[in-house]
Amino acid sequence: MSATSSGDVSRRAFLKASSGLVIGFALAPRLAIGQDRPAPLPGSLNANRMLDAWLRIDPNGTVTIFTGKIELGQGIGTALSQIAADELDVDLKRVEVVSGDTARTPNEGQTAGSLSVEHSGTALRFACAEARDILVSAAAVKLGAPAAELKVSDGAVSAPSGTGVTYWDLARDTDFKREATAKVKPKQPAEHRWVGKSIARRDIPKKFTGGAAYVQDVRLPNMVFGRVVRPPSPGAQLLSVDEAAIRRLPGVVAVVRDGSFLAVAAEREEQAIRAREALARSARWGETESLPPTGDALYRHMMSSTVPGETVVEKTSPVVAAPVKTLEALYTRPYQCHGSLGPSCAVAQWQDGKLAVWTHSQGVFPLRAELGKAFGIPPRDIRCIHAEGAGCYGHNGADDVALDAALLARATSGRPVKLQWMRDDEFMWEPYGSAMVMKLSGGIDAQGNIVTWSHELWSHPHSTRPGASAGVNLLAARHLAPALAPGLPADVPQPAGGAARNAIPLYDFPNVKVVKHYITDAPLRTSALRTLGGYANVFALESFVDELAAAAGADPVDFRLRHVKDPRARGVIEAAAQRAGWRPSARGDGTRGRGFAFARYKNLACYCAMAADVEVDRKTGRLSVTRVVAAVDAGQIVNPDGVINQIEGGIIQSTSWTLMESVRFDRTRVITRSWADYPIVRFTDVPEVEVVLLNQPAERFLGVGEGSQGPTAAAIANAIANATGKRLRALPFTAERVKQAMA
Amino acid sequence: MASFTLRVNGEPRTVSVEPDTPLLYILRNDLELNGPKFGCGLAQCGACTVLVDGKPVRSCVAPVSTVAKGRITTIEGLGTVDRLHPLQRAFIAEQACQCGFCGNGMVMSAKALLDRTPRPNDRQIKQALNGHLCRCASHNRIVRAVQRAAEELRAAGRRGAGAPPAEASLSNKEMRS
Repeated sequence: MSATSSGDVSRRAFLKASSGLVIGFALAPRLAIGQDRPAPLPGSLNANRMLDAWLRIDPNGTVTIFTGKIELGQGIGTALSQIAADELDVDLKRVEVVSGDTARTPNEGQTAGSLSVEHSGTALRFACAEARDILVSAAAVKLGAPAAELKVSDGAVSAPSGTGVTYWDLARDTDFKREATAKVKPKQPAEHRWVGKSIARRDIPKKFTGGAAYVQDVRLPNMVFGRVVRPPSPGAQLLSVDEAAIRRLPGVVAVVRDGSFLAVAAEREEQAIRAREALARSARWGETESLPPTGDALYRHMMSSTVPGETVVEKTSPVVAAPVKTLEALYTRPYQCHGSLGPSCAVAQWQDGKLAVWTHSQGVFPLRAELGKAFGIPPRDIRCIHAEGAGCYGHNGADDVALDAALLARATSGRPVKLQWMRDDEFMWEPYGSAMVMKLSGGIDAQGNIVTWSHELWSHPHSTRPGASAGVNLLAARHLAPALAPGLPADVPQPAGGAARNAIPLYDFPNVKVVKHYITDAPLRTSALRTLGGYANVFALESFVDELAAAAGADPVDFRLRHVKDPRARGVIEAAAQRAGWRPSARGDGTRGRGFAFARYKNLACYCAMAADVEVDRKTGRLSVTRVVAAVDAGQIVNPDGVINQIEGGIIQSTSWTLMESVRFDRTRVITRSWADYPIVRFTDVPEVEVVLLNQPAERFLGVGEGSQGPTAAAIANAIANATGKRLRALPFTAERVKQAMA
Repeated sequence: MASFTLRVNGEPRTVSVEPDTPLLYILRNDLELNGPKFGCGLAQCGACTVLVDGKPVRSCVAPVSTVAKGRITTIEGLGTVDRLHPLQRAFIAEQACQCGFCGNGMVMSAKALLDRTPRPNDRQIKQALNGHLCRCASHNRIVRAVQRAAEELRAAGRRGAGAPPAEASLSNKEMRS
C-alpha cells in the first residue's frame, strides 16, 4: 500500500499487497568500483539515477510517481504530486503517489530534516521534465511535426495542424528505463499551474471518514495481536518469569522471552493486553540506578562531563574594539518527548524465511538494513512497507516496534502479528530529545554593537536512528541474549549540525566561538526530536541577543537588523515586525509583553521570524501565550497552506515544549508514563497564530517543517522579559518556575 | 465469553466477547471500523471517542457490557467520502489536521457539542474539545472547522431540509493561495 495514494486504502488492497511478497528491486545501474564518478544530478536523483525509479505512465491515463519520502501528515504526497503534474503538464487528478516501499520506491534514506521537498521534489521536478521531453519527442515523430511546435494539455500532445496523440497512447512504446540527465530545464514559475497553490491534501479525506489511513488499520488474514513487556527501567535485567502460566491464559498464541525481551501474542487484542499485564506481574527484574541526577543537578552533571569541548567554529577579527560591556548566561533544556498521539505500531509476517513489515518508520530502507543486521539475513529477504502512524516529529518508537513485531512473529508459525505499544511503552522507551546546556557570553562595544560572541554547549546525541552508526539501533536488540549493541553515534556534521545545529549565529558578529561537548555516554536514550539541537540553541542564542540588546539599550528588532546583512533574513524580520505592529522599544506593563526572535533553520533551510505576545499572572505564575505573528521565507513555495500548517503547528507545539514539557525520572526509573505525567497544550492554552509567507518563486525550495520551533521558545522568553523584566533561562517555563522568577 | 448485540451506526452487530472487553477493540477488530483510534487506553487523549446515545464516550475504557444497550455512532456513521457529514466536510475544507490521528475524537465530540449547542462561540468549542489532545497542533484549524460546520448545519436547518448541499470537489480543490 501507499500512505499517500489518493484513494482510500481498502482492506482488499492490503490483502492484495500482502498476498504476494515482492522483495528486492534493482532501481539503479550498478556502478562498478573504479569507474569514473557519474555527473552529479539534482536532489535525490543523484543517488537514484534511473527515470523509471521516479515515474511511470500507464495507457489507462494515470501517472504514478515514486518517492522514498513518506507522509507524516506534513502533506508531502500532495506537494510532490503538484510538482510532477506541473512538469508533465497533466491534471493533478491523474497523479498517484507510491511512497516508502523497499520493493517499489527509490531509497531516499530518512524522511527528516525538513528536506523532502528539497530532495524528492527536486528529483521529481527534473525527472518529470525529462519524461515530458521524451514523450513530446516521441509525439513529434508520430505526428511528423517539430517538437518545439507541439503543445501539451493534460497529457494530450497536439500539433498546430490539429493532429494529436496522448501520453497514454505513447506510454506502451516509451521507455523510461534510462539514466536521467537533468539536462531538460524545468518550467519557469509563471508556467506553473499547480505549484504555488494551496491544493487540498490528498491524505485528509480518508482520515476523517474512517478510511484505512494508518499502519494501525492494516489487517491481514489470520493476524494475531502482540504486546511487549518492557523492563521497568533502562538498567533492568529480567531475572525470572512464569511463561508457562501466561501461555495458559485465554487466547494466548505465543510468549517470547529472549534475554530481557518479553512479548506476547494472542488471538484478540484485549487478550494480548491482559496477558501483557499478567507477564508484567509475573516478571522479576534486577534494577540498577543507571540514570543521571534530576533538576539543576542534571545540568551540573552534564557540564562536569570529561568530554572535551570541540570547536565548531571560530572566527576572529583583530581590528574590532574591545567590548565595553560583557554578559554571560546559562540556558538549559530538559529531556523532552515526541509524544506521538498514537503509540508506535507495526505489522510483521515471516514466510519462507522472508520478512515483511508494515511500518511507520521515517526510513524504510535504513530500517530494512537494521532488521537485516538484527536477524542476520540479507536485506533482500526483507520488505519494509510504509504506512502512516500518528505524527512522529522525529525518531520515536516507530523503528523499534518493527523489530518487536518481527521478533514476536518468529513464534507465530507464519501468522502475521500486529504489535501495538501501550502508552507507557512509548513514554518510557521512545528516544528523547536530549537535555542540553548552553553557556553564552558576549560583549558590546561603545556603539552598542556585538563584538564578541561565544556559545558553549553540552548535549547527548541527536541522531541514533537506524543507519546512523554501526551496531543495531533498535531498542529490543539491546535486551536480547546476547545483546546486539547499538553503535556509537557520530554527531551530524556541520553545516547542518546535530548538537550544535543553529548554534552558529547567522548574524555578522566579528568574533565568534562555538564549542560543543558531545556526550555519547547517554544513560537515557536520545535521538532526533524535531530540530535536533536547533530548538535549544536558538532559544539560547535569540534570548541572549535580547539580553545584549537590553544591555545596549537597543530595540530588539532594530538590534537584530543592525547585525544581519542577509537580505532574506532582514526580509522576514521586517515582515514579522510590521505585521505584528511592533512598536520599537515598547515596554511591557508588568503582566503583558511582546518578544521577538529569528532563525534560519540549520542556517540552510527556511528563514523564520516572529513576535509573540504573552500574559503573565505574577501571583500564580500562569503564563499564557496569546498571539504569535510569524513571517517565513521558504524560497519557492509549492503549497502555501501546507507551509502555513507546518509553521503554525510548529509554533503551537513549541509553545507546548516551552511552557510545559519535561521527562521526569529518578535515579532508576523514568516516571513519565502517561499524559497525566506529561501535560501538553490544550485548546484553551493555544495562541492565535498568523503566518505571513514571503514567496520567492525564483529561488530554490527551502524546507519548512522545523522552521518555527526554535524562534518560538526565544520569542516567548523575550516576551516574558519584556512584560516583567525577569529573564527565564531554564526550560520549561512552568507556573512554578515563573512564580519563582517573579518573587 | 458472552454474546452482545450492539447497535452500531444503525445496524445490529452481534459479537461474542468477555463482558469487560473495552468497546474500542470490538469496533476496531470485530467490526473492522478504523475511525476510533487507540491513543492511550487511559481515557486521557480522546482519540477513541464514539457517541453512545449521542454522548461522547471514551471507547478505550468503556466495557462492552456498559454500552451494549445504547445507540453507538462512530465517525463512519456520520458520512462517507462521497457523502460527507458537514463536520467531515468542514474539517477537510479547513485542512484541520496534520497526522489526523486525533481527528476522529475531535469530530465526534464536536458532533455532540453542535447537537446541543448549534451556535457555539469559540470559547465553548475549546471547552468542549479541551479533553482531546492534538500533538501536531492543529487546534486553531479545528476550532475554525467546527464553526464552519455549525454554520452549514444552521443553513441546512433554515432550508428546512437535512440534506447537505451538493458536494464540492475536494480532491483537487483550490483553497486559498
